[in-house]
Amino acid sequence: MKKLLLTLLFAPLLAFASGPELHLDKAPDKSRDYAALQNGAKLFINYCLNCHGASYMRYNRLNDIGLSDQQIKDNLLFTAEKVGEPMKIAMQRDDAKIWFGAAPPDLTVIARARASEFGSGADWLYTYLRTFYRDDARPSGWNNVVFENVGMPHILWELQGEQVMGPDHKLQLAKPGLMKPEEYDNAVADLVAYLQYMGEPKAEFRKQLGVIVLIGLALIFVFAYALKREYWKDIH
Amino acid sequence: MGASNYEKFKSDGTLAGNVLEWVDARFPLTANWKAHLSEYYAPKNFNFWYFFGSLALLVLVLQIVTGIFLVMHFKPDASLNSAGVPVAFASVEYIMRDVPWGWLIRYMHSTGASAFFIVVYLHMFRGMLYGSYRKPRELIWIFGVMIYLALMAEAFMGYLLPWGQMSYWGAQVILSLFSAIPLVGNDLATWIRGDYVIGDATLNRMFSFHVIAVPLVLLGLVAAHILALHEVGSNNPDGVEIKKKKDERGIPLDGIPFHPYYTVKDIVGVVVFLMAFSIIVFFMPEFGGYFLEYNNFIPADPLKTPPHIAPVWYFTPFYSILRANTVNFFWIDAKLWGVIFMGLGVMVFFLLPWLDRSPVKSIRYRGPLFKGALVAFVISFFILGYLGILPPTPGRTLVSQICTIIYFAFFLLMPIYTALDKCKPEPERVTQ
Repeated sequence: MKKLLLTLLFAPLLAFASGPELHLDKAPDKSRDYAALQNGAKLFINYCLNCHGASYMRYNRLNDIGLSDQQIKDNLLFTAEKVGEPMKIAMQRDDAKIWFGAAPPDLTVIARARASEFGSGADWLYTYLRTFYRDDARPSGWNNVVFENVGMPHILWELQGEQVMGPDHKLQLAKPGLMKPEEYDNAVADLVAYLQYMGEPKAEFRKQLGVIVLIGLALIFVFAYALKREYWKDIH
Repeated sequence: MGASNYEKFKSDGTLAGNVLEWVDARFPLTANWKAHLSEYYAPKNFNFWYFFGSLALLVLVLQIVTGIFLVMHFKPDASLNSAGVPVAFASVEYIMRDVPWGWLIRYMHSTGASAFFIVVYLHMFRGMLYGSYRKPRELIWIFGVMIYLALMAEAFMGYLLPWGQMSYWGAQVILSLFSAIPLVGNDLATWIRGDYVIGDATLNRMFSFHVIAVPLVLLGLVAAHILALHEVGSNNPDGVEIKKKKDERGIPLDGIPFHPYYTVKDIVGVVVFLMAFSIIVFFMPEFGGYFLEYNNFIPADPLKTPPHIAPVWYFTPFYSILRANTVNFFWIDAKLWGVIFMGLGVMVFFLLPWLDRSPVKSIRYRGPLFKGALVAFVISFFILGYLGILPPTPGRTLVSQICTIIYFAFFLLMPIYTALDKCKPEPERVTQ
């Protein structure tokens, strides 16, 4: 019996061995930084929203992060007529399939889909968007560390510059871009914060409401427990 | 209650009293109130484990109410919308974003599914701890196992509806199991899917079953479960029958009226449960990818098989048993053996009342053999559950084979070890 129990206790160790490791950089938390979210929205709409749609996200939901309808109309409304419309793109999926090999996925909930045991979806995106490197073997001329043989070219190359894979399997900046490395990291962090916000716009409100609900339930608990004690006094 | 040999309510002349008298003359209202609440005598020594029955009822109501609101906005349609996303998937995101409070309703429903299994597993474990399945409660237990089966069907079909990658490929794995059945398997699987692959026909029939057929069965079974319980009376942590010692009025000495004593006690349990439930709904609705799998935020793509398909946590112990069978023997394919063992793994619970030969019911008076067997069973169930989440490796398969053997040995050897066990004498009446 004891031997059996011991074997059972150690059995899970056998199960842990194996599985490829994926190292992800931690994305800075900017979920409450409106300036960062607005900058992220700008980067998203300018760079991503040409090939990728965000078809469940309406433009006027950006009111949540401090942008007025007029600001949205003047600066961000490129793919729609009215602020109540979702962020769709003009590119046809069938064309995209021919051009890229696969239609670029809708990005509305990408930050939720990319979460894994290795880190949050934001961590994955933050690492992904910073680890493109030149690879002439690929049709687009680009490859990526966390998404091997990715179909997407490095769309932010102008900002980051060109990285190459060194012989020590570390990325090196071969050609500088418009931004310094720290500036680029910061811009990507803003973009990722926006993607995370877009994945669940109600997330911040959800947490705030949760605190109130829990306080309410704690109060009800006090009364419920007192009521139970009162009734059960005479049960021995 | 038999015919009408009980006293009807007599009005005291007030309006409310008159209304009640009128109703009671035409409907067994007070009789049922007494039989099931105010004069249903439950043992006074219920402990922590006895909260989970009423909590399961609460979760059932939560699921039905949130489900009604979800059906108002969900569209069971696998065709692609203008943005190239399946309509069903897009309608879930519509609920999450554009329907007022839709996100809350949806998270309550998705968390409720896992909560249902947590309380039901704890409720079943309580039955095993205190021998609640033993004579005269065999039928309560059988209805309970049937509820558990219906719940598994309900959860499986519900998980298909958001039409994400895990919905699609999980259903693909499970429904293709039917094709392992010899001769008729392939035709049967096609008949169930309504198509040669999982598609719109499958989504629509699963929706129909999920929102009406299975809930009706569940409600009927829950009613039968409770009626059978109230016929024979509740067991308790000591496993002794309180009906054996009654006072001169025929009320069990160790019994107290369910209402108000257990209603006020269960309210405390409900509040504590709702606090734990709220922590998940408001702060971690995906629960680390266990309640809502991350891959399910990718719309279903029949052309892209995910590298690793894992069912939701409540199915993983049985999924491990399915995968543990890797050899063909007796001319039968390993896959079919897996399906057979997975099915037996659930069905074997039906036999529990007749496998247990112990003279006592409760773990408190059982001997070391049963206690050891139960511990080994629980550990192997957890390990099987954990391994079912992970992709298989030779090491993991070996561990799940060992655990599968322990799982079945717990049941099949039960007549032997419970008969041999050194039990302590049961008390005459319940202890505090």
